[in-house]
Amino acid sequence: MSEIHRPEARVEPIDSTIEPAGEPAKNKKVEEASLLADAWRSLRRNPWFIISAVLLVLFLSMAIFPQLFTNNDPRECLLGRSRQSPSAEHWFGTDVQGCDYYSRVIYGARNSIAVGFIVAIGTFIIAVLLGLVAGYFGSWVDAVISRFTDMVFAVPYILGALVFLNVLESRGVREVAFVLIIFMWPTMTRLMRGSVISVVNSEFVLAARALGAGPITIMRRHILPNSLGPVIGYATVFTGIIIGAEATLTFLGVGLQLPAISWGLQLSDAQPFLQTVPHLLLFPVIFVGLTVFAFMTMGDAIRDALDPKSKK
Amino acid sequence: MPAPVLSYKDIRVSFATEFGDVDAVKGVSFEVMPGEVVAVVGESGSGKSVTSSTAMGLLPESASVQGEVLLEGRNVLKMSTAELRRLRGSDISMVFQEPMTALNPVLRVSDQLVEALQVHEVAFGGKALEKSIELLERVGIPEARTKIRQYPHQFSGGQRQRIVIAMAIACGPKVIIADEPTTALDVTVQAEILDLLRELKQELNTGILLITHNMGVVADMADRVVVMLNGEVVETGPVAKILGHPEHPYTRRLLAAMPLLREAGDPSLEREQEQERVRVTERAARETSHRAAAGMSSGAASPAPAALEAKDVALEYKFRRKATRVVHDLNFTVQPGEIMGLVGESGSGKSTVAKAVLGLLDVAEGELRVRGENMPALPSKQKKALKREIGVVFQDPAASLDPRFPIGDIITEPMVVHKEGDKDSRMARARELLDAVRLPSSVLNRYPHELSGGQRQRISIARALTLNPTLLIADEPTSALDVSVQAAVLELFSELQQHYGFACLFVSHDLAVVDSLAHKVLVMQNGRTVEQGTTDQVLRHAKESYTQQLLAAAPVPNPETQARRRTERQRLLAALG
Repeated sequence: MSEIHRPEARVEPIDSTIEPAGEPAKNKKVEEASLLADAWRSLRRNPWFIISAVLLVLFLSMAIFPQLFTNNDPRECLLGRSRQSPSAEHWFGTDVQGCDYYSRVIYGARNSIAVGFIVAIGTFIIAVLLGLVAGYFGSWVDAVISRFTDMVFAVPYILGALVFLNVLESRGVREVAFVLIIFMWPTMTRLMRGSVISVVNSEFVLAARALGAGPITIMRRHILPNSLGPVIGYATVFTGIIIGAEATLTFLGVGLQLPAISWGLQLSDAQPFLQTVPHLLLFPVIFVGLTVFAFMTMGDAIRDALDPKSKK
Repeated sequence: MPAPVLSYKDIRVSFATEFGDVDAVKGVSFEVMPGEVVAVVGESGSGKSVTSSTAMGLLPESASVQGEVLLEGRNVLKMSTAELRRLRGSDISMVFQEPMTALNPVLRVSDQLVEALQVHEVAFGGKALEKSIELLERVGIPEARTKIRQYPHQFSGGQRQRIVIAMAIACGPKVIIADEPTTALDVTVQAEILDLLRELKQELNTGILLITHNMGVVADMADRVVVMLNGEVVETGPVAKILGHPEHPYTRRLLAAMPLLREAGDPSLEREQEQERVRVTERAARETSHRAAAGMSSGAASPAPAALEAKDVALEYKFRRKATRVVHDLNFTVQPGEIMGLVGESGSGKSTVAKAVLGLLDVAEGELRVRGENMPALPSKQKKALKREIGVVFQDPAASLDPRFPIGDIITEPMVVHKEGDKDSRMARARELLDAVRLPSSVLNRYPHELSGGQRQRISIARALTLNPTLLIADEPTSALDVSVQAAVLELFSELQQHYGFACLFVSHDLAVVDSLAHKVLVMQNGRTVEQGTTDQVLRHAKESYTQQLLAAAPVPNPETQARRRTERQRLLAALG
């Protein structure tokens, strides 16, 4: 008797497996729109993301609309008020030239952040293209790209930048960014390559290849979306690193030049007065530190949110 | 009556997650006597592994445990971290599922065994080494004295699991928790490991808590069975009763879902097979004439070409210009509408064959004909066109679907790649296929991670059928699924096969699954064909000793039959030397 009923019993699980997973998901449909929406939801609940986002909005608006934060002209310098301490009139005091230091620090955000963004976007594009090609095709393509990457990687960016920027007569945001891109793309390229390799052997890529899909189709549809997560996270962290690097180079005297306004230049100018007027050093350091912190925290939060493995 | 060595009393475990508390185990009680094997059976998510882990105190911090776990009368849950550490490995030890990861790959086997002994102050230095060698000999590692100096990767999977067992018995534990100890192993190796565990249990009078989903393993090993479902025990009792006369509907369903390797001499089965054979040939004939009439075949007069034909095929992997040949002289034919099971253990080259048919691997020698055309030799455009005729279902439904694509896009991807149809017709096709695999069309906009494993595998099947292929390659399509889900997917698969009439190359290590589905079987070992023929010929009248060994090693979910099969297998092995 029970033998006859067995086929019946076999069919049962089909219906029972559909319904439990189907029903509750239906109610959450609006929320479960996509993985990006998923990432966004987990970001919203991350306090570090909120903090860094607030800081970044603040610094970005500082970079784009410095007028919103100060009415003073940063270039209005009166030698008569040189090296004043912070006061109600000049919140951060005045610098050696007698310029309002608060407005100079605010205006400094633009160049520092601009260098950060240009370099991050530039290296991101190089890294994604090279890493994708190297990781997907493997064999000799990978060997050529990877060895070339290693060669550039072997030159410390500080050394490279010192050599190249010293030769240049005038150094603006463009020149500094260009040299930084040339020496800083390898790290991200390696990351992208690794990320691509981890995706390229997955079964859904095999399935697409078995279908007869070409390399471009597979890279665009399957590999790129699945391998960008860690790279986007790192690019954000990287922006912070670059802002620090710009300050370093400028401080060493090979970065931006006067009359440009940047945090690095302010640090460099303030150095001789470290003991007498420490606030000249303190304020740009705080701003550089907070910006770098904001970008790095944001990067970590984004990387965690985009990584499906970090989900509970 | 002796006191139980391990007893669970009303265990409740809940995990704190971001969606609130989840109850994984809801009041579970059972006991393990000395020298007794208690099998905890259940599907994934039933809480069987969580329950057993409480005895080791190995649960993550997000878990909260209530109840009592008594190990020889002492409550494990009340112990301090230091006490627990002393306990683990000495009084209670564990054998894990994956022998690859249970051993540290950078330490010699000797170091790991000696460490286990020294930590628990059983033996030190040279004595510990001597004892380790003894242990390895005990678990059946040949030339233990020299082999003990080797690293884990120098041993085979089965030997590694033996080493893990040696570590588990090193300090003479009262209880061994074996969590799916043979799931990652081949059937013949599984049978050997189970034999070893049985011997050790008798010799050491250790209680074994065996966690498994395989009813065959239960029948082979267990004295008593605990069936779990959703964190609760639904049925418990002696193995003969649970497997022979199950009372709870879930246990019955679980048993019914086990694919059976049927033995010869069952008249009803023979009749059923005869009918099946007639039906298959009729359908194949109908199918070919239909295709010829529709002008899909190249020449209506010539006989329809085989869906897939391999002629003297050799396959190799290239690594740094060095080619390793993994498949030799392979010959087979799959007629339209026919399912051929490709069976073998790991390393037999069966998946390599599937890869080559999919065009993912170059053919080193011979011809691989798809519908009469030698695919590897075709120019790339024609090759791509021919690939329309081949669908594929992979093993792991979690890995074979792009996590960033909604289900609708996944199913219609073949149409996009081959530039077929417009948006509306593609979506219509996706709905049709979802209907065919019995999923609601509301899943079109969902993502793979929102579906269960069985549902995902249905999506894989739907995608494979999108372009109405004449040939389907299924590479272990159900081995990552729970038995009841597997049964449902297999049922669906054979229904779809009858409806769409595709030919299929079904790669599997599970003889029972192949038996329930395939018309023909090809057995492979070390890249060579051992035996091929109809399912009945190969699985019930096997000529080759390797096939016989494979068949004898597959456990069946009936304790008496399994005991008989075990002695038969041992006799067979003894006869072979």
